[in-house]
Amino acid sequence: MALDKATVAKIAHLARLRVADDRLEGLASELSNILTWIEHLEEVDTEGVTPMSSVVEANLRQREDAITDGAKADDILANAPGTAAGFFTVPKVVE
Amino acid sequence: MTGAPTFEGSTGTWEVVIGLEIHAQVTSQSKLFSGAATGFGAEPNTQVSLVDAAMPGMLPVINEYCVEQAVRTGLGLKAQINLRSVFDRKNYFYPDLPQGYQISQFSDPIVGEGTIYLDMPDGSQRAIGIERLHLEQDAGKSLHDQSPTQTYVDLNRSGVALMEIVSKPDLRSAEEAGLYVRKVRTILRYLGTCDGNMDQGSMRCDVNVSVRHPGDELGTRAEVKNINSVRFVHQAIEFETRRQIEEIEGGGTVALETRRFDPKDGVTHPMRSKEEAHDYRYFPDPDLLPLVFTQGFVNTIKDSLPELPDEKKARFESEYGISAANAGVLVAERAKGDFFEALVASASDKSGKPASEIGQDCANILISDLFGILNKQGLSIDQSPIDHRSLAGLQALKLDGTISGRIAKEVFVEMLESGKQAEDIVEEQGLRQVSDTGEIDSIIDKIIADSPKQLAGYKAGKENLFGYFVGQVMKATGGKANPQVVNELLKKKL
Repeated sequence: MALDKATVAKIAHLARLRVADDRLEGLASELSNILTWIEHLEEVDTEGVTPMSSVVEANLRQREDAITDGAKADDILANAPGTAAGFFTVPKVVE
Repeated sequence: MTGAPTFEGSTGTWEVVIGLEIHAQVTSQSKLFSGAATGFGAEPNTQVSLVDAAMPGMLPVINEYCVEQAVRTGLGLKAQINLRSVFDRKNYFYPDLPQGYQISQFSDPIVGEGTIYLDMPDGSQRAIGIERLHLEQDAGKSLHDQSPTQTYVDLNRSGVALMEIVSKPDLRSAEEAGLYVRKVRTILRYLGTCDGNMDQGSMRCDVNVSVRHPGDELGTRAEVKNINSVRFVHQAIEFETRRQIEEIEGGGTVALETRRFDPKDGVTHPMRSKEEAHDYRYFPDPDLLPLVFTQGFVNTIKDSLPELPDEKKARFESEYGISAANAGVLVAERAKGDFFEALVASASDKSGKPASEIGQDCANILISDLFGILNKQGLSIDQSPIDHRSLAGLQALKLDGTISGRIAKEVFVEMLESGKQAEDIVEEQGLRQVSDTGEIDSIIDKIIADSPKQLAGYKAGKENLFGYFVGQVMKATGGKANPQVVNELLKKKL
């Protein structure tokens, strides 16, 4: 599968990565190569096979409904670039 | 079934097609994937764990009670329960979503198709399809009005469990959509799986609206996001219906887009296209195995379900002989139905009459008297100034003929004002109905003697003058004469 420059620019935007225009061409070709390599898997017939979710026979671990965490606003905010009155602050998101 | 309402435009008749997505906060102590608390109104960021703040290396562990609540809700919606479901990541960037994705369920939700029945104003029922219900995390809360340059973010809500309940596009008017939201809320409250408090954000809706000429294919829809009251659901649908018809008839097309409802002017506005880069790139969350449980688990929950509003309504109609409309009012809130049943039981006890005979009268006093007053005073049924026992005392006095219906209304008002028991008020003010024929006899004689003109008129065939005599007797007895006795005696004497 070949990706074009526009698709690469879109993926970069969705992932919030800044990619300079002159690098798009090279990335498109590299990503296309990776996809082509992965596409070899399509040779395997997987008709009627449930996607595997784990290599071990295990069930989703569940916990009981109890309050065991929280009440540590200072820790939560410790690494924030900006805080005010107990909130995180970020550059204004205009609606 | 009532015919779907239509709208006349310049190019013909239109109908509106509506589907709703309701986001209902699961009632639980702690969050869906962390042990932080879920309570409303805490100081910012005090109910946040490192999982909810998406600190590197933290792993989600699911809350078993939230799973149980989702299954319970699915059963309440008469829906298919899926014994295996999968959590997916829905990817998007927003400051109040620290993970950069929401854990949700995409292709394999925990609950599949179901049905909700709406009680239409004309007494008929209308079935609305449920497409699915899935579990997902809530995001944090952004405050845009605290500073001119910054957005404030509180993550207390981040990671709280939500049930997204998606309807089929079966709704055909703003009224139906309103009934649907109310019915879902009633069912959730009966089940105890969501408190349904829309003003606190624990229930919110997205409304999908499109218009078409009846019989045509579905039109392009606009999605109005995050509406937090039934009234706004109405307004948003009415506005969108008009806007879309005008758009098409003006030669334009409806854009497939997300819109925001502004409660200030009742208008919807398109969201900026940047915000709607709707490319969520769903994929199974590698941190979570599929959620698998047994039919036995489902059956245990099924066995513990409370009586639901539809069943309760049918039982009220047959057991108490009340109308469908009255039963609908009484089951709309679980506490109202409970109050009604306690009242009937207590009144039946005191008067010795069977529930089926006194049900209608008990329904009447609640619906036409008590509920109105509670409404006016902004009280819930649990805060009623008159409890069911006191009200049953009043009902019993009326049922056994001690007081007339008219006096009962006065005693009811007096009970509200003074907080006294009906029996005491009747005794103190001497309101007992006079059924003693001798006493009424002599009053009637005096009135007939004092009203020769009316008597002559009545004898000459003016039969409506009968009412005049009844009125005079009631006046002379302060309304305490038993109206049946008065009627009988008057007929004899005139």
